[in-house]
Amino acid sequence: MPAERGPRRSRLTRAGRWVVLVGFAVALAFPFLWMLVTSFKRTSDLYNTANDPFLFNEPPTLAHLKLLFGETLFLRWLANTTAVGILVVVLTLALAVPAAYALTRLTGRWGPRLGIGIFLTYLIPPTLLFIPLSRLVARLGLQDSLWSIILVYPSFTVPFSIWLLMGFFKSIPRELEEAGMVDGLTRFQAFLRLVVPISVSGILTVVIFTFTLVTQEFVYALTFISSEAHQTVGVGVPIYLVRGDVYYWGSLMAACLITSVPIAILYNVFLDRFIAGFTVGAVK
Amino acid sequence: MALRSSTRLGVAMFAPALIYIAAVVGLPLCLAFLYSVGDVRVGSVGYHFVGLDNFRSVLRSPTFRRSLANSFVFTIVTQLIVIVCANLLALALRDRFRGRGFVRFLVLLPWVAPISLGAIGWKWLLDSIYSVVNWVLVHLHLVRPFDAPMWLGEPRLAMASVILVHAWRMLPFSTVILLAGLTSIPKDIPEAAAVDGAGFWRSYFRIVLPMMTPIINVAVLFGVIFTFTDMTVVYILTRGGPYDSTQVLPSLAFFTGILGSDLSEGAAISVFLVPILAVIAILMLRVAQKAEVV
Repeated sequence: MPAERGPRRSRLTRAGRWVVLVGFAVALAFPFLWMLVTSFKRTSDLYNTANDPFLFNEPPTLAHLKLLFGETLFLRWLANTTAVGILVVVLTLALAVPAAYALTRLTGRWGPRLGIGIFLTYLIPPTLLFIPLSRLVARLGLQDSLWSIILVYPSFTVPFSIWLLMGFFKSIPRELEEAGMVDGLTRFQAFLRLVVPISVSGILTVVIFTFTLVTQEFVYALTFISSEAHQTVGVGVPIYLVRGDVYYWGSLMAACLITSVPIAILYNVFLDRFIAGFTVGAVK
Repeated sequence: MALRSSTRLGVAMFAPALIYIAAVVGLPLCLAFLYSVGDVRVGSVGYHFVGLDNFRSVLRSPTFRRSLANSFVFTIVTQLIVIVCANLLALALRDRFRGRGFVRFLVLLPWVAPISLGAIGWKWLLDSIYSVVNWVLVHLHLVRPFDAPMWLGEPRLAMASVILVHAWRMLPFSTVILLAGLTSIPKDIPEAAAVDGAGFWRSYFRIVLPMMTPIINVAVLFGVIFTFTDMTVVYILTRGGPYDSTQVLPSLAFFTGILGSDLSEGAAISVFLVPILAVIAILMLRVAQKAEVV
């Protein structure tokens, strides 16, 4: 009897799995599909409530894309975001790589404790710090300047990057640097010439992670930057593509999709490493 | 005192990061507390200690009390939805199958795409006139055409929308964390249980779920932080409205402190985030400690 029951139940489980997968995949990805559909529909088609929204009732159009690239500051926002991203990556690497190495190798039993302390600073949210920071930014004369966010963004990328890199450096055998030091390198030279090169994939993870976080940030950019030309995509698109009460839905959705998909692909490639950083050692 | 050269190098390599974090996280954190007991406004000079005046005035405000309650409802309901769905979804994604990579990519989209853009996408999906969600509901005869729900315009529905959009955003994150926990369970344990005659759900609730508890804790702790302290979804979808029915602490702090120029009162509002953050931090430390002991 049990022998007969086994396979039937497993077939049921398998069918259940597909129902769950398809259901969630549709629910989670649908808004992005809808962005795609909206981007190519004529405005008259979008705004005719008699039309079936799932069909192209009028021929598709490129007008929304033309408006987005020709008459808005979208490209400028993309360029701003990229520039900020690159500078934040550089700052993050300069601060986090040496710090993570110091905490794994040079601080003895204090290392792990300081590491956890650093990790906890990652839990302090922008929405607690943005009010005092807005004043500090004004004091430094950086309000409405991209330098304000370049200076502030590493506050959330550095702690998490240190944490990720510590896990990475721990997996490198100590003998590597010791052998180098026997050959006459100083500890710092051994770090630069031996440890950094074999940590490229860990460092690359930090680069991608930092860059995606910069593109996702909203609160600080909204708080510190007030002119349209200095926006990042994350704020420029949802706030400045809306004129008064007029939503250019076609261009708006195109902008969302064009920005989201490359970031999503990039993030997806490095996903497993980010997760290792979040699981705080609760998974071996 | 002569330090060992390696220790000196360690200090030199760690110091820049430490100084930076002290200046950009530590200093504003202290200032947030200082502002909350002072009278700082945009453009004001000098600082006067006013004790608990800001907290008193904040606590007297009905908007604040509403936001405080909303913050808890928003966080708890979102996390309940997320954790149940994430368990299901992680289970469905565990085994290899053809197309798994693509399904994972689709499932991850809400988390990896910038949230402000995902939220504006939802604003279009939930539009008062052109909502495709309503179109589907009408054509399934679930609602009547001229009586379609005003998702973002009616207080209860607006709260439900904000919660669902945030759950949509957080679900992929919790799913991949749980997936990491699920794949680390040695396969032979549930298999041995199956041989002993335990069915799928029985072995899931008796064996897999208890082994997953630490990782579920991690997912929930991060989830609570990311939800409780977020203002992006609320800001984009409803600006806290209608009638402050979806206002949460971070968004109220923004409207009061930044747009309303009352830095002190804004700081006082955001300081109410601290007790929750402290509890989460302590729980997180316990998880980390346990992981090291085992």
